[in-house]
Amino acid sequence: MPIHLEVVAPDRILYKDDVDMVIVPGAEGEMGILPRHAALMSGLNFGALVIKKANEPDRHIAIGGGFVEVRPDRVTVLADSADRVEEIDIAQAEEARRRAQEALARGLEPVDEERALAALKRAKLQLKLAERRGGSRRPVSP
Amino acid sequence: MASAREIRRRIRSVKNIKQITKAMETVAASKMRRAQQQTLATRPYAEKAREVLGSIARQTARGAVPHPLLQQRDQRNVALILITADRGLAGSFNSNMIREALRWMREQKSNVSVVAVGRKGRDFMLRVGRPIRAEFVPVPDPPTLTAALPIARIAMEDFLKGDLDAVYLGYTDFQSTLRQVPVIQQLLPVEPVWLADERRGMVDYIYEPSAEDVLASVLPRFTEMLVYQALLESAASFFSAQMVAMRNANDAAGELIDDLTLTYNKARQESITRELLDIAGGSAALEQGRAR
Repeated sequence: MPIHLEVVAPDRILYKDDVDMVIVPGAEGEMGILPRHAALMSGLNFGALVIKKANEPDRHIAIGGGFVEVRPDRVTVLADSADRVEEIDIAQAEEARRRAQEALARGLEPVDEERALAALKRAKLQLKLAERRGGSRRPVSP
Repeated sequence: MASAREIRRRIRSVKNIKQITKAMETVAASKMRRAQQQTLATRPYAEKAREVLGSIARQTARGAVPHPLLQQRDQRNVALILITADRGLAGSFNSNMIREALRWMREQKSNVSVVAVGRKGRDFMLRVGRPIRAEFVPVPDPPTLTAALPIARIAMEDFLKGDLDAVYLGYTDFQSTLRQVPVIQQLLPVEPVWLADERRGMVDYIYEPSAEDVLASVLPRFTEMLVYQALLESAASFFSAQMVAMRNANDAAGELIDDLTLTYNKARQESITRELLDIAGGSAALEQGRAR
């Protein structure tokens, strides 16, 4: 019996299908969720969400915080930001990291600082996961 | 019949109108495309957020209230967040929303104040003497989450203070370019949604790290998302209505120009015929004179 998974970011749906297992970066640590899991609500940290399906390679999605609702037959992930790892553009992530670091170095209003910090965390996570994906081009470090 | 010169002047003025409606149609069409796209992109998240909020409220409907935003009270003082546009020329967009709001307000037994988002709604409510709790004019264009935050914050703060016992959200739901429907939904307190599986006696949620922590971050954020989505729906509806209204105006102006051109040609022909008759009559008279 599979479990239905939906991964939704504020601007799009990233995944919507039946899966065998999903691992989410829960606020209290990574959580593997199998079908018939107890009903649960949890915050999410920055981290990788892993989708496991028989006869298919695992899929990875970079989650930038958010929230997950688990019911015995379905898992709904509402992410603040989410990127499919295979779609991450390393150059773009590097650029985003650089911009966020520069913005933080300049000093900002609290609201903007919060946003810059989130952007920085997101870029770092993207880079980490993209590198782990392997075979990706590594830019020459400055 | 009006003189040819008068008709020419009318044709010219209708042509000017047509130029304006054409320009407005083009602008509305491009804004409409963007607004529709954005609305449809964020809709799944907002729908899921509403669903999750509903399950949380359903879980807590029976036991203790783990977060003040879920607290159901007697609805003595309520507010309606009324989202309209700043401008007209969009068919019945504003009047439909306002009519729905009035209908709803008449049904309420409680004191209703208005949080007006958009000039049209605010002006109307001022005119009919409804208390305005806050106003957001002009409407953010394009709508952003940052612009939605203060609207949601006012609602949450006044609800938590006890000044308001409920907050409703009135906006125009975007369904298609040709169809937009005004709706009014309860925003606060979060309303329970009863699902089919609840009947089978579903167990309570486990909250991680704790119910208080999860709800304290989730409830305000989802409430903000719902306000944001309402702004998007309203913008997509407005530009769709405006585009259609301007297209109709444009078509009507085109028809009017055709009619007027026909009338003008008839008038011109008539005057030419008259002149010819005059000349013919004149020359006939001369002939007669010469023959005599």
